[in-house]
Formats: sequence, C-alpha cells, structure tokens
Amino acid sequence: MSSPFRADPPSLPAGRGRGWVRLRKKRRSPFPSPSPRRGEGRERGFGVCDLSPAAEPPHPDPLPLGERGKGAGPSGTAVRRYGPIVALLLIPLLLAACHRETRDYKSDALKASDRGAAFEGNAFHIAQGQRLFGWMNCAGCHSHGGGGMGPPLMDDEWRYGGSMGEIAATILDGRPNGMPSFRSRITEDQAWQLAAFVRALSAQPRQDVLPSRGDEPRNTEPMTLDERKPIRPATPKQDDSSEE
Amino acid sequence: MSWLDTFQSAAGNDGQQSALVSELFAIFLAVTALFFVAVMIFLIWAILRRRRGEGESREPALRRLLVGWVGLISLTLAGLTLATWLYDRGLARAAATPALEIEVTANQWWWDVRYADDDANWIFRTANELHLPAGVPAHITLRSNDVIHSFWVPNLAGKQDMIPGREADISIRPLRRGVYRAQCAEFCGLQHARMALDVTVESPADFIAWRAAALKPAAAPVGGSAQAGQAIVTGRQCASCHSIAGTPASGQVAPDLTHFASRRTIAAGTLPMSRANIAAWIADPQAVKPGNNMPKVPLTPAELAAVTAYLETLK
Amino acid sequence: MSAVMSPRDLPRDGPELTGEALHARLEKTWSRPPGLWGWLSTTDHKEIGRRYIVTAFVFLLLGGALALLIRAQLATPESGLIGPDRYNQIFTMHGTTMMFLFAVPVMEAMAIYLIPLMLGTRNISFPRLNAFSYFMYLAGGILLWVAFVLNIGPDAGWFSYVPLAGPEFSPGKRVDIWAQMVTFTEVAALAVAVEITATILKQRAPGMNLARMPLFAWAMLVVSLMVIFSMPSVALTSGMLLSDRLIGTQFFNSFEYGDPLLWQHLFWFFGHPEVYIIFLPATGFVSEIVQTFSRRPIIGYSAVVLALVGTGLLAFGLWVHHMFATGLPRMGYAFYTAASMAVSVPAGIQIFCWIATMWDGRPRFQTPLLWVVGFIFTFVIGGLTGVMLASVPLDLQLHDTFFVVAHFHYVLIGGAVFPLLGAITYWFPKFTGRMMSEGVGKLSFWIGFVGFQIAFFPMHLLGILGMPRRVYTYPAGLGWETLNLVSSIGAFLFALGLAIFIGNALASLRRGREAGPDPWGASGLEWAAASPPAPYNFAHIPLVSSRNPLWENDGVLPVVHGLRVDDREGLLTTVIDARPDMREPSPEPSLWPLVAALATTVMFVSSIFTPWAVLVGSIPVAAALIAWFWPKESTVTPEPVID
Repeated sequence: MSSPFRADPPSLPAGRGRGWVRLRKKRRSPFPSPSPRRGEGRERGFGVCDLSPAAEPPHPDPLPLGERGKGAGPSGTAVRRYGPIVALLLIPLLLAACHRETRDYKSDALKASDRGAAFEGNAFHIAQGQRLFGWMNCAGCHSHGGGGMGPPLMDDEWRYGGSMGEIAATILDGRPNGMPSFRSRITEDQAWQLAAFVRALSAQPRQDVLPSRGDEPRNTEPMTLDERKPIRPATPKQDDSSEE
Repeated sequence: MSWLDTFQSAAGNDGQQSALVSELFAIFLAVTALFFVAVMIFLIWAILRRRRGEGESREPALRRLLVGWVGLISLTLAGLTLATWLYDRGLARAAATPALEIEVTANQWWWDVRYADDDANWIFRTANELHLPAGVPAHITLRSNDVIHSFWVPNLAGKQDMIPGREADISIRPLRRGVYRAQCAEFCGLQHARMALDVTVESPADFIAWRAAALKPAAAPVGGSAQAGQAIVTGRQCASCHSIAGTPASGQVAPDLTHFASRRTIAAGTLPMSRANIAAWIADPQAVKPGNNMPKVPLTPAELAAVTAYLETLK
Repeated sequence: MSAVMSPRDLPRDGPELTGEALHARLEKTWSRPPGLWGWLSTTDHKEIGRRYIVTAFVFLLLGGALALLIRAQLATPESGLIGPDRYNQIFTMHGTTMMFLFAVPVMEAMAIYLIPLMLGTRNISFPRLNAFSYFMYLAGGILLWVAFVLNIGPDAGWFSYVPLAGPEFSPGKRVDIWAQMVTFTEVAALAVAVEITATILKQRAPGMNLARMPLFAWAMLVVSLMVIFSMPSVALTSGMLLSDRLIGTQFFNSFEYGDPLLWQHLFWFFGHPEVYIIFLPATGFVSEIVQTFSRRPIIGYSAVVLALVGTGLLAFGLWVHHMFATGLPRMGYAFYTAASMAVSVPAGIQIFCWIATMWDGRPRFQTPLLWVVGFIFTFVIGGLTGVMLASVPLDLQLHDTFFVVAHFHYVLIGGAVFPLLGAITYWFPKFTGRMMSEGVGKLSFWIGFVGFQIAFFPMHLLGILGMPRRVYTYPAGLGWETLNLVSSIGAFLFALGLAIFIGNALASLRRGREAGPDPWGASGLEWAAASPPAPYNFAHIPLVSSRNPLWENDGVLPVVHGLRVDDREGLLTTVIDARPDMREPSPEPSLWPLVAALATTVMFVSSIFTPWAVLVGSIPVAAALIAWFWPKESTVTPEPVID
C-alpha cells in the first residue's frame, strides 16, 4: 500500500498560524495550518509528516525492557523504610482516641475510677445527656441553658459547684430553691450523662466531644463554638431576691 | 418456625396494596425474563457461531437489527411505564375511604401507636403492635420523633418514610387474617435491626374486642408481689419514661405499658413475651438490645421479681 | 532543510533526529529526578496513574475485607460476632470506601494512565494538578481509615442521611470525618475530571477528530463532564452538614425551617450520576476489549457514542428514584420512573453493539473477553432489576431491602468491577511490560464469576422475603437463614477469585511473559508505545487517519514531528477536528503539588475541629499555590531557523 501522505513538509509562511497562539507561546509553530481544502485533512494528513516507514518503526522501543521496569523502584523502598515509623506514630493516636468516641452503652464509665472524667470525656454520654435534658424537661426551668425559672447553665457562675460530681449530686439529690431530686426518676449513670451535658453547655469538656446544636428550635450558639468558661462560685448578691 | 410464628414477605398477597404490587411484579418479571433470555441467546450464539473467513461481515444487517432492538426496548419500556402508572393509580384508589384512623410515631427504636377518633373516649395508645380489622381500609398518619424511619409492613403494603418535621401517611387494606412482622426500613442508628412492629390482622369482631380491652386502664394488681411491683414501677425510674393508664406512671418518652403483657413481643420485636424474658430485659436492657435508650435500673432480685410479676398482670 | 547540524544539537525531532539519538534526548528531557525526591515530585501521568490504581486496589482489598466481615456476621441469625456499633461502622466504611475510594478513583486512574497514550500525546494536561489530586485522594483515604482504626469510623451509612448524621444523633467526630473525606475525594476527582476533559479535547493526536476517538476516551469525556456537574453538589452538601455539625447552622434542622430532605436531593443529585461515573468508563473498557478480541472494529460506533452521551444526560434526571418512599408528589414520580426506565435504552444499545461485534467478528476467548462475557451476563440481570426498581409501586416494596443490595452489586461489581478486571488483564502488559498468566486468569474469572452469583443472587430473594438492608442481625424463623448462609459462602468464594486475580498480577510482575508493545494485536494508539511506555510515551506524535490506527496502513503508523526535544513540550490540536493548533510546554516535576496537598490536608482535617482552621489554614495553602504557580524565567534556547 502506498503511503497517502505527502513526502515533503510544506513550507508555510510564519504568519499562517493563529495569532494568539504565538502571542501566548512566543514561539514559532512548526505546524502549519492544515490544508483548507475540504476533505484534505482527512485524506492527505498534515504538513509535517514523516512518511518513510523505514525512518520510524511503528512501535519504537529502543530500550530493553529490563531497564524500564526500574522506574517503579523507589515506591517500594519508601514504604519499606517509612512504614514502621508511621505505624509507631499511629499507636499513641490509637490509645488517645479509644474512649472519646465509644458508644459506651454498657456504661463502663460508671466503673471508672474517675467517673466524672470518664463521662464527660465521651461524646456519646454527652449526647445521651442532651436527650435526657429534653426528656426530663430540664428546659422547663433552665431553658436551653440560658436560664428561666431556674438559673442559667451556660454561664460561669455555679451556686452549688461546677464539677461533675457536684452537678451529678445536684441532679440526684436536688438543691434548695426549687431544684428537685431526680434520684428516683433517673439512674445514676443518667445523672452523670446529664451532668456531662450541663458542663458541655459552658464548654467544660474537651473540645472534640462537645455537641453542637440539637434538632430543635433554639437561638443559642452551638457549644462547639463556645469558649470554655471559668468555674466560679456565685457571687453573693446584695439583693437577695434576685435569682442570678 | 421459631418463636416469631409470623412472617415478613414483600411477595405476600395479604393486603390489597401488596396484592396489586405482586401482580405488577409478576408482569415486570415476565417481561424482563424475556429480555434476559433474548440477550443471552444472542450472546451464546455470538460465542458459538462458526466463523467464516474474513470479508463476510453482516454489519448492515446488524445495524438494521439494532434499530429494531432500540424500537423494541423503547416500546416495552413505554408499556412498563404505563403499567406502573396504572397500578400506582390503583394503589391510590385502593384505600380511598378509610374507616380507621391510626397515628404511628417512630422513635429510636420503637413504635408509638395511637388509635385516633373524633370521640376522645375512643382514643388509646399502645406501642410496638398494630391491630387491624381484615377488609377494613385503615389510614395511618406517620411521624418521627428523632431520625428518619420507614414504616413497612411488607405483607400488606409498600413502605413510607417517616421524616422528622414532615407528616406522611399510608393507607392499608388488609385482606387476610394473620400475624405479620413489620420492620423499620430506613437505617436509623444502633438498633435499626431490632425495630420491629407486630401487625395483627383479625376479624372485625376480634378487633372490636381487642379495642375494648385496650381502651380500659390497667387493672389493679392482685397479690403482694404484683402490688409491690406496681409501687416500684410507679415510684421509681420506670414512671418517668413509661406510662400506664390508670396509675400515676405517665412518662411520654418510652413505650406505653398499659397492656404490655398482652403483646406478643418485648422491646419492638426483640424477645417473645414471657416471664423470663421480661425479667431478663429489665435486668439489663443493654445486654439484650445494646444501645437502646432504656437504662439499667438497679433493682434487687426481689424488686426485679416484683416488677416482673406486676408487668405480667398488665394484660 | 538548509541548516546542517549534528543530530545532538537539533532542538526538535524530525527526519534528521530519530532512533537512539532521539530517544536518548527525550529520555533526558522527560525523566524525573531519581530517588524519593523525584518520586514525590513526578508529574508523569503514567507514574501517577499507576500509583492511583495501586492505591485504589488497596482500598478495594480493605473494603472487601469489611464485606467479608459483614457476610460473616450475617451468615447466621442472631450472630454475636460483631456488635451493632462496630457493624454500623463496618458497613458505612465498606460503602464509603468502595464508592469514594475505590470505584470512582480507579476509573479515573485508568483514564489518567491510558487516555494520553490512547490519544497519542506525551503527558496529561495539568500534570501538577494530577500529582496534587493523587496526594489529596491518598490523604482522604488515610484520614478515613486511620479514623476507622481509632474507632472514629463513620457509622451513618455511606449516604449519611440527616438527621441521623446530624449534630444531635451522631455525637463525636465520626460523621465529620466522613464529610471531610468526601471533600478530599471530590477535590481529587474534580481535578482529574478537568485534566481528562482538557486532555481529550485539546491533546488528541493530529487527525484524531471526535469521530475517530477511541470509545474509552468518549466514555471518559462524558464521565469527566458528569463529574464536573455532579460532584459540586455533594461537596456543597457535605460542607453544609459539616457546618450544621460544627457551627450550628440549620440547613437540615426541620424545627428551624431547614429540611432533612434537602440533604437527600443534593446527595442523590450527585449520587445517581456517580453510578454512571463508575459504569461508563467500564463500558469504555468493554468496547476496547471487544474490538481487540473480536478482531474487528465495533459495530455501531456512533450508536455507542450517542448511548454514552445519552446516559450522561439522563443520569441527571433520575435522582428522585432513590426517594420514592419519602412522600413527594406522586405525579412527579411518574417522570422519574420514565427517566429511570429510559436509561436502559442506551444500555441496551451498547449491549447489542458489543454482542453484535462478537457475533460478526472472530472472537478469541482470552481472559479479558471472558470478563466481558461475565459482565454482560451479570449486568443484564442488574439492569433488568433496575427496571423493576424504577417502577414506583415495586420500589416501595423493594427499596432499602436486600433486593436493592443485590441490584447495585450486580450493576457495580458486574457492571464495573468485572470490566475493570478484564481491563487490568488487557492493559497489564502496557503497564508493566509483562503478560498476566492466562491459565490463572481464567481460573480467577471462573471462581470469581461463580462466587459472585452465589453471593449476590440469593440477596434478590432475601429482599423479596422482606429482609431490610443495614441490619446487623436478624431473628431466626423468617426463612432468611439458608439464603444468607449461601450468600456468605459465595462471598468468600468471590473473594478467593479476587485474591487469585491479585496474586496473578503480583506474580506476573516478575515472572510474566514479556509482552512487547502490542501483544494482543490491538488497534489503539496506546499499543504503538513501548510496554511499559517511555516517560515521553511516543518518540514522535502519531498521525491518525481512522478509528483503528494500528489496523490501517499495513501496520505503519505515520507520525508528525517538530516538537522540542530539549524541553517538555506537547502538541495541542483543535477541539473538533484535531488539527495541529499550538505547541504547549508541559510542566517540569515539582514538589509544590505535594506541599499544597499537605497544606490543604492540614486545613481540611483541622476544620473538623474548629472553623478557624479554614481561615488560618488557607494561608499555607495560598503560599504553596503561589510557589507552585510562580512564573518562571523562560529558558528556551534559541532555535535554529528551519526554512
């Protein structure tokens, strides 16, 4: 079969190319525009063609195969070299993250030596506390933490102490001036869950377990954006009738 | 058959809706099976065909065949679309005049069921069970209290999602008596697998009898142990979530227990109803259905026995 | 030619500069620096494509291991093997890994490797973006899997419906990890889509007008445009989910006039095209394999192209069929039923053309074609169950059951993974220079094919028997036990088939028969390059005058020359006709894509914890990008005048 392509590259004036091409490239295109005749491009090919089959074998592969294969080498060594280091780095991460995300429905936290830390360091317990806060109608007095009939829970003042233990005790046994006892209404671990959520309202737990908004009407900032407030005992007010 | 003594099948014809869907499924199955066979014959022919030499391409004939093939597919699909539309209309008509109004609210991971009526004396609440009279179209209003659930009684009708903040509804006309298992069909969290609903389809007379019983408040317990149990249930943690009509227990965030012992199962189809299972469930709900919202209430063995005895009386 | 120079001094390839001298100079120009530094900074599409493929297969193995855990758990009723919490993480990770970290990336990876070779060009367009995209993808995958190992694996399903995935019902950072992993993979996929689109439209060999493009290139063009139009939707909505969870916006809170259904619309507007983004490249593989092994050009090229484009368009009108049970207006459903059914017309056209090509050709049933036959059998079943699911009443019964699980595994494994395995076998000699073992390949096909059918066919029946998906256990006595057990046995058999396949590939890397450039007698331009291709792909840019260039002109491939050899340079051609248009420099290897990817990773990961990370984290990203794009002094040597 005779080659359908023309043998000699047509020499075209430099100006035939598209202007913006050369403006952008600032180079001279060696490729002339194809022949403007209809069907020419299809039948006759383009300007600069190497026509002689002898000049270029169809499958040019001048290098032996073995040398090519070496390109993939570094990847293997990199993994081998750095793999163990990466693995070692991951182990402390593993230990750090175990507890905070556990769905601790068996309440292993209750058996922990420091129950308060165990409960408030776990996102699941705080979320359960959030649901209990609604179910037990805490919002009826405390609103969504902003306070109403009861004192606000998202500020930095704590009448009866702001530690996990103190809050749990407040919930379980009640306090003067209206806080009822929930000892016979909820279980002890539910009280701890509630306490953890109450502390989350002022961003006391670690940042990465804090809940955000609930699916309910609310206009307060999500706890994830809260700044951790200091825990201060309530300052004795001059006017005793004020309820904070 | 195991303790379930029920079944759950989308191929059932136990309701007018599911029977219509089964018909439509049969049509689709027949048509698609024909197409499958046709394609496979062509494929096997292409594989086994004895090749002649080059230059005998039948390409023009194949191109014509392609046009015919596209026409055939298009016509068939148009037919199937039409069938779909007609059956969909049929489904909408199937329960056009409901005689029973029910409201089902899904919660993680149980069903709150309320039989509604214009007359407040006929309203009552139950949980994890649904009784329907055979042959009577029922209209069920569907809501969700937390995440998306899906109401699905495969034997009776297709499913309908329950999306918080939206109200959906479904109409069901059961045809055949029986006990059917329904199950939440939208992934809803830890215990999605154990969120079943017992649907009992019974004769209208049986249904009326059941409703009369369900409307009554819980009977006062007789016997020391059951009475002690009632004191514990109404005086301790149980009552802050559960309600039992006729007692001070009036919590709204957990299943109604008024006629608890008359149900077939405990904890949304998790355990069959029995004394041992009630005790096991209350002793440690998290061991039976891990992650559910019922806490393990610390009870002494005597208290546990008393509570179990009391709950058993709630027929 | 007037200037008389020694070949060494010539800056361009041409009649005077060919053979060894040309190869040596091109090799010098296009090679990357050796060592780790060069490995990290490479811009070679083949190297990055290879990495992409290997990484995607690693994720396939990880996701497959999870699938086996799922099947082990479901093999028996009331199994205590895995608890609900871990199970939910496992099936979420399985779906997420397979969809976001395996299926889409592996298809794009094949395109990254093959498209420039098929089109006869020296590198992909935007090669540094390509490197960036790989590192982003890797970072997203590592983020997800490290989180899973640390028990922070997402557990709300691979489509994370709100409000279950919202702030109230998914405490902790699990869903945030999922959402941010989506962002990583979307950035990577969008980058690749842009590269592929630009490469296909502007870098085809001269003469390869649109009507001569290989069908795989057509498929990838359609897919890339689909990616560009669909992925922003999920990137947007996962961003909305993150902001709902982190900064208290109310997009999905129905009590503050948000809407949980908004999530489903935005997710499935991406999620349904995604299925075709996975499937269409596979049809491209099938078209290429069928032509080569039937030893004739495909019948109905234009019909297949129209089918590809038609599928791409229809794919954007079907998303509501994932939401038939949500209670949207019924009349509207009729439209989505019709559209969902209509998509089987283009699929039917393609199936016909493939079988007709085999029928009319002289097929050789080697492993790649076996996978294609397995694909046709499996995909037709999956397509027909898809027709059933398009019907609203049927969908209301079958939606969210194991019937759907069976359906999408038939179309995704049967429709995409089978062709992919065929394609790996087919192009393996191009990737590595060696053939995969034919005998072991056939063994892996038969075990995998039979195992697949045993694993997934019973799931149809389970769905009809009312078994919902995503349950971590089920009670005995519902008639599901035997089918589940059979399915689990099949799953392990299928896994064995895949293991044999991967073992075959690994063994063939060293021991495979040497292939030569064109072991199958195929027709595409990629077979004109060496196996494996040199860093510059082609010594001269080929000139194309038909759809099957290597089957024309007695196997002689005409070429053009005139590209620089002392500088990385590619040839751009016009969009429709592929007439030579301009010469374009191709970027040198650079470490900045890696630095930019690391900076972006730091920003993305820390924005899971604090919104300030977006602000602060964008500074290093901006710095890396500025360094990346810093204009360079032109070092072009003066060129001798050629008259």
